[in-house]
Amino acid sequence: MALTTTEVARLAALARIDLSDEELARLAPQLDVILQSVAQVTEVASDDVPPMSHALPLTNVFRADEVRPSLPVDDVLASAPAVEDNRFRVPRILGVEE
Amino acid sequence: MSDLLHSTAAELAALIASGQVSAREVTQTHLDRIESVDGEVKAFLHVDNDRALATAEAIDAHRAAGEPLGPLAGVPVAVKDIFCMTGAPTTAGSRILEGWHPPYNATVLQRILDAGLVVLGKTNLDEFAMGSSTENSGYFTTHNPWALDRIPGGSGGGSAATLAAFEAPLALGTDTGGSIRQPASVTGTVGVKPTYGGTSRYGVVAMASSLDQPGPCGRTALDTALLHQVIAGWDPMDSTSINGPVPDVVAAARGADVRGMRLGVVKELSGDGYAAGVEQRFAEALQALEAAGAEIVEVSCPNFGYALAAYYLIMPSEVSSNLARFDAMRYGLRVGDDGTAGAEEVMARTRDAGFGEEVKRRVIIGTYALSSGYYDAYYGSAQKARTLIARDFERAFESVHVLVSPSTPTTAFRIGERADDPLAMYAADLCTIPSNMAGNAAGSFPCGLAPEDGLPVGFQVMAPVLADDRVYRVGAALERELGNRWGGLLTDQLWDRERGERQ
Repeated sequence: MALTTTEVARLAALARIDLSDEELARLAPQLDVILQSVAQVTEVASDDVPPMSHALPLTNVFRADEVRPSLPVDDVLASAPAVEDNRFRVPRILGVEE
Repeated sequence: MSDLLHSTAAELAALIASGQVSAREVTQTHLDRIESVDGEVKAFLHVDNDRALATAEAIDAHRAAGEPLGPLAGVPVAVKDIFCMTGAPTTAGSRILEGWHPPYNATVLQRILDAGLVVLGKTNLDEFAMGSSTENSGYFTTHNPWALDRIPGGSGGGSAATLAAFEAPLALGTDTGGSIRQPASVTGTVGVKPTYGGTSRYGVVAMASSLDQPGPCGRTALDTALLHQVIAGWDPMDSTSINGPVPDVVAAARGADVRGMRLGVVKELSGDGYAAGVEQRFAEALQALEAAGAEIVEVSCPNFGYALAAYYLIMPSEVSSNLARFDAMRYGLRVGDDGTAGAEEVMARTRDAGFGEEVKRRVIIGTYALSSGYYDAYYGSAQKARTLIARDFERAFESVHVLVSPSTPTTAFRIGERADDPLAMYAADLCTIPSNMAGNAAGSFPCGLAPEDGLPVGFQVMAPVLADDRVYRVGAALERELGNRWGGLLTDQLWDRERGERQ
């Protein structure tokens, strides 16, 4: 299947990347070529093969629930894009049309 | 002074421990070297002379006070700029993290500090370790010390270049699909990807968490093993880290004994697309190892042919998830926060401005592969291919101790040559990806210069999970056998060439 510019725009929106029209026009054909190439994995993906998500057969790892010091707040906020009242200041999240 | 640059890490540690030379002098010599050659090589994103000298002086003080020193105390090391380190910026090669100072140290970095190694600075990489040439770095491209118009490999091209340029005797890297081994191959140096879970990922900026693995880089097998031993082992801060003994890689590198070992040559990692000089030097390396007592057999791993395709679905899927953290809220770049734009709008503007093209390509591919309707066909199928690749390894390791192949199909290509062709760029990791998929240990060791272009060729050794020591046994034996022919290391030829030109 071909990956269209419209579809790449939709994916970019899902991934929260505000691609310009020029970027869309350049990326869409590249992504299409990549996807066509990687689609060859379907050749060997028969029903009897179990999927592998991880190299190690790990189950959940637990540790004791103990109080430990957090990172120093000043150190963490020092590299924040914006700070107010000892907290991260973020753009508004309410009143945004979705 | 130049002898200190040319020395191995093991030799430097011995000189420092015996008091024949101070750690400060060793560090100053390397800082001077960086000053004189890094303008051309461009391996470092950040160098901190004061910090490095202060660390070295502290080591000298410990020694003077008669305190015990670790086996690499006072030895300089270059660190790929993907490891969090306090007191210095960590960029991961991305503009989105420009100027970010991490509030904590990566476990692996903390271990090298605790062991008394001297961090010279942070090295260049493809953005978020996504690439095979450092051309995807958000800052600049690193040049290969063997030929400055060539790529140094990637993503850890900066770390590998520091070794070949004699700017540092040791370096830290990370390997998700070959980012330690392919740069080692094209710079004539050594690099090892430990068994997945063998080294902690805590504090390493994540790319694809089921594949990422920190590892050591050096100019010799022994130096690399010494660094491996310092950084490896269980870390409670990484739930995928293995709680068990670390294989004795140092003894393996010192022993360098391949007598009685069965080496399986992977049939599928040869032929079409492999440079003639790569195949020639690889074949000669096999003969050298056979002469040293190894048995060479051919092995077929039929599903390795699907590794690249499966990797370019699994890795971007994990990338699209991992990179969601770069949301312009808590750290890094923020663009378009004009008081009226909402958080999601700011997020989208920031990610467009802060991510480079390859990162965008991978995030979008991953978003596609994980989206409902395509999940089974793409991500699901890739996970099944991963199972088949792991089974190929299991079957092979029933009859051989290690598998071997060239580390990458060609020597270093020219800067710019593959920059606009993502699939050609991805092919550089053809031989290295299978071990990331299966999570086993693998390393690249120099095996000569290709006759057609005079550039380094790498020999890859792949060993079963937690048999990292076998990688070093074979690599160190190869280094000894070829070293007897060459009269030293492959990088010595680069050193001699530079001295010859100077005279």
